Amino acid sequence: MTGRRLQYAGLAVLVALPFVGVPEYYMHILVLILIWGFVYTAWAIMGRFGLVSLGHGAFLGIGAYTVALAWNLLGLTPWLGIPLGVGLAVLVAVVIGYPCFRFRVVGHYFALVTLALGEVVRLTIVALRDHTGGSLGLTPNRYGEGTSLYALQFADKEVFYVIALLLWLAGIWIWRRVDASMARFAMDALSEDEDAAASVGVHVTAQKLRITMLSAALTALGGGVYAQYLLYVNPGTVSGIGVSLQIVFAAIAGGMFTALGPTVGAMITIVLAETLRIAIGTEVIGLDTTIYGVMLILFIIFLPKGVLGGLIELYERRTAGGAGAMAGKREVGGGA
Amino acid sequence: MLELRSVSARYGSFQALFDVSLDVRAGEAVAVLGPNGAGKTTLLRVISGLLPVAAGELTMEGRSLLDLPPHRIIETGIAHVLENRRLFPRMSVEENLKMGAFIRGARARFRERLDVVYELFPRMAERRDQFAGTLSGGEQQMCAIGRALMSGPKILLMDEPSAGLAPVIVEQVFGLVDRLRGEGYTVLIVEQNVQQVLQLVDRAYLLEVGSIKTSGSAAELAADETLRRAYIGI
Repeated sequence: MTGRRLQYAGLAVLVALPFVGVPEYYMHILVLILIWGFVYTAWAIMGRFGLVSLGHGAFLGIGAYTVALAWNLLGLTPWLGIPLGVGLAVLVAVVIGYPCFRFRVVGHYFALVTLALGEVVRLTIVALRDHTGGSLGLTPNRYGEGTSLYALQFADKEVFYVIALLLWLAGIWIWRRVDASMARFAMDALSEDEDAAASVGVHVTAQKLRITMLSAALTALGGGVYAQYLLYVNPGTVSGIGVSLQIVFAAIAGGMFTALGPTVGAMITIVLAETLRIAIGTEVIGLDTTIYGVMLILFIIFLPKGVLGGLIELYERRTAGGAGAMAGKREVGGGA
Repeated sequence: MLELRSVSARYGSFQALFDVSLDVRAGEAVAVLGPNGAGKTTLLRVISGLLPVAAGELTMEGRSLLDLPPHRIIETGIAHVLENRRLFPRMSVEENLKMGAFIRGARARFRERLDVVYELFPRMAERRDQFAGTLSGGEQQMCAIGRALMSGPKILLMDEPSAGLAPVIVEQVFGLVDRLRGEGYTVLIVEQNVQQVLQLVDRAYLLEVGSIKTSGSAAELAADETLRRAYIGI
């Protein structure tokens, strides 16, 4: 199949990139796309089933701050700090998720709970300013020369590119595993009708909780790696409403129902934001973000399945020739 | 097989069932009749665990169901065809049936049971790739019954299978229920369509405002004067 060959070719290009001397700035953009692509994928793992979280900044922030604080205050290597952050995020996901799912807090109400969670984490970080540096952010202490496997600090962007690439690949692999599992069917079913899903024997609470824990864990992992890459964390950039909504918008814009959709979302939003930032600069303050916002809204209105989802649909419609049962099936799916 | 002893149930402070006692023996078809709001749907939701029992005892083949969550109750052999079909509209017919075999004990026998359901309802085999939401009302009911059968139940709880269907389709649906009886399934059916359902079942209970008013064989109830006047209008 050409699809598989295309995948290998794409992967080969991604692996080869750090060895061909890509300028540092572009390397930086690529690393950002991979890390955020991973985070958006982590969000979409639950978001695609109607579990719309507007507070994933909470998990991202927990992951990022745990690793930085563990390093600075306890001297704990990020190799332990990151798992610790992941564990904490999962714990928070259970504490918030279990009552929500047990008592059927769904849809908008669930979104509101998560929205509050993101803010609670941001405010907690700010309030603990004696340790976290408050809204000024926090810089993990440099270790030795600046390159150390123990401290997970690397002066070369290329090294981090490889780490980010592995992370991102792991995210896509996990997505595929979930997608092929029976749990995906159960989640699809309960996102359509919880009572009916319960009536065929789906343990609704457990199923939702499991996918939320997975999503929170991956998001925290992304946060930890992000902190190690930038070696600077700030409550505004890793937690709170701004970043939480950025996660949602990007994942939806790229397409949250396909494995690579959230990554496409990361490419679009990061490239768009950077281009606008450079093109407009600081002449008209706020114009770049305004245009960015308007374009996102347009994406979401006109491509409800996301850019990648929309393209795939278009391609399938072309190849199907518009006839046959499958095409009819797709029509229905696209309409709702 | 299935036994309820003085079961009460409530939605918050509102009590919906009062001391309901009822039993269904293996191989029987039993109907629960009654007007809107009598608690018929509540009764089935209590049996399948979608609503907790407030007081009383509920057993399946001698085993108490009181502390079991819905996904464990279905494993005891109770399948619930919900009111208004409640299919997964954006899944195909076959995916809906696949969901019916979701419980661990049923997954291994998925293929085999799928063949049984397709044999029982050839129409479902024709429409296997179609979205369930695009089926007609009667076909949706078939699909809902098929989905319930996929778990390999001993007893089938059916909540108003005739609701919202045209009279000729209602006829067909009751025909399906009759065939299920022929296949040896035990059926507990909730209906408002008193006259037709009484021709189908062995025994029936009359439920009014949350309590059992009367019960008896289908023939007895069909001859009952008050019931005739209230529900059949002849």
